[in-house]
Amino acid sequence: MTSPPLLGALDMARFTARGFLRFDGVVPDEINAQFLAEAGEADYPQPGRRMMQTYGALLANAQIPEVPPGTPLPATYAQGSAVERLLALPLVQGAIRSLVGPDPVFDHHFLHVTFPPAYYEAGGGEHVSQHTHQDSTIDPSEGFDLQIMYYPHQVTREMGGTRFVPGTHLRRVSEVALGRYQNIAGQQHMVCEAGTLLFLHNGLWHGGGVNHSERTRTMFKIRMNPSVPQVRQWDVSTLPAEPAQRPIFFVKTPQPETVESILMSPEPWFEQDTGRLEFVNRIKMWRRLAGDPTFDADHWMTRLENPARRA
Amino acid sequence: MRQKVLVLYLANSALDAPTIAWAVYDGTGETRPMAGDTDQPPYRTGVEALKDGWRLFQAAQILPHTRGDEFDLAYLKYEFFFEKLVEIAA
Repeated sequence: MTSPPLLGALDMARFTARGFLRFDGVVPDEINAQFLAEAGEADYPQPGRRMMQTYGALLANAQIPEVPPGTPLPATYAQGSAVERLLALPLVQGAIRSLVGPDPVFDHHFLHVTFPPAYYEAGGGEHVSQHTHQDSTIDPSEGFDLQIMYYPHQVTREMGGTRFVPGTHLRRVSEVALGRYQNIAGQQHMVCEAGTLLFLHNGLWHGGGVNHSERTRTMFKIRMNPSVPQVRQWDVSTLPAEPAQRPIFFVKTPQPETVESILMSPEPWFEQDTGRLEFVNRIKMWRRLAGDPTFDADHWMTRLENPARRA
Repeated sequence: MRQKVLVLYLANSALDAPTIAWAVYDGTGETRPMAGDTDQPPYRTGVEALKDGWRLFQAAQILPHTRGDEFDLAYLKYEFFFEKLVEIAA
């Protein structure tokens, strides 16, 4: 049995900095079609029938198992089912192994479906987007859970694909307490071809968009927990032999893309002061992922940890 | 009279700092702003909103950082609430 292709240093740095990795159209059409068949289709809108009734019936009939949290991930899905086949793809195996480590544990999954206007016109209810939130609850731990979002069919902008805000994953907030923020500079909306996967840090701020199209939009999410520390689980042979320390502030020429340059790239929503704290927190996350407690980028930690400053 | 509320999140505590996040709530019911409805801010800065007739009624305090928690980040810091009062038909 060959080993799955592990993520390299630059992809791991991108995940550390922005909290997600996106793989467009990597799930074969055959698996996408199988998944949509297993998920089933929503009944047509009927006068007086509320959208949640239709949604409940769809979930009840879907050929997706009910699974308790804590189940080993390989034991979660039946052999030959669409999700089992998706998780067996080498790219998926390698990304999971790199980000979560060996023997991941199933946390939960859900079939997210957003409905077109006709369902609300027929059954009432307000047709709005989901408030932006961070999943689960306040999470002060050093590690993270991985969430895979799977888009089995093409998603257009009109369908209101998942909205997410790159770089928000290191903020310690309480679920939808941030719902007041309607729009954030740099937010992205998933517009993608069928078979696209989004690998998310569990802390990334996100929300479902409102579906203005004429068909339902389907996204399947799986959350998994690590069973070992997420330290050097990726292809560490791609790390440079020496860290790429570079000039800071007074820089005359563009710098090459390195782990350091990726970690030090700001997001459009960064506040001018706390954006620097984001850099510090990215360095701390990288130290853990790389198993290198002395790693630094652009002198942020070296300046703070200078032993000469201690009493 | 009905209240329209504009919330701007700025890049620092100055009212003329750039907008990084925003929200609108419309008490007249004429519009229904919601999460993700626009990717461009309605005003580049808080001062731009003042120039357009929005009245500032609350600004986030600048608070000292608790020792030991200096690097913990959570919510956006520089929040400014504005309002407009709008006449509606009786």
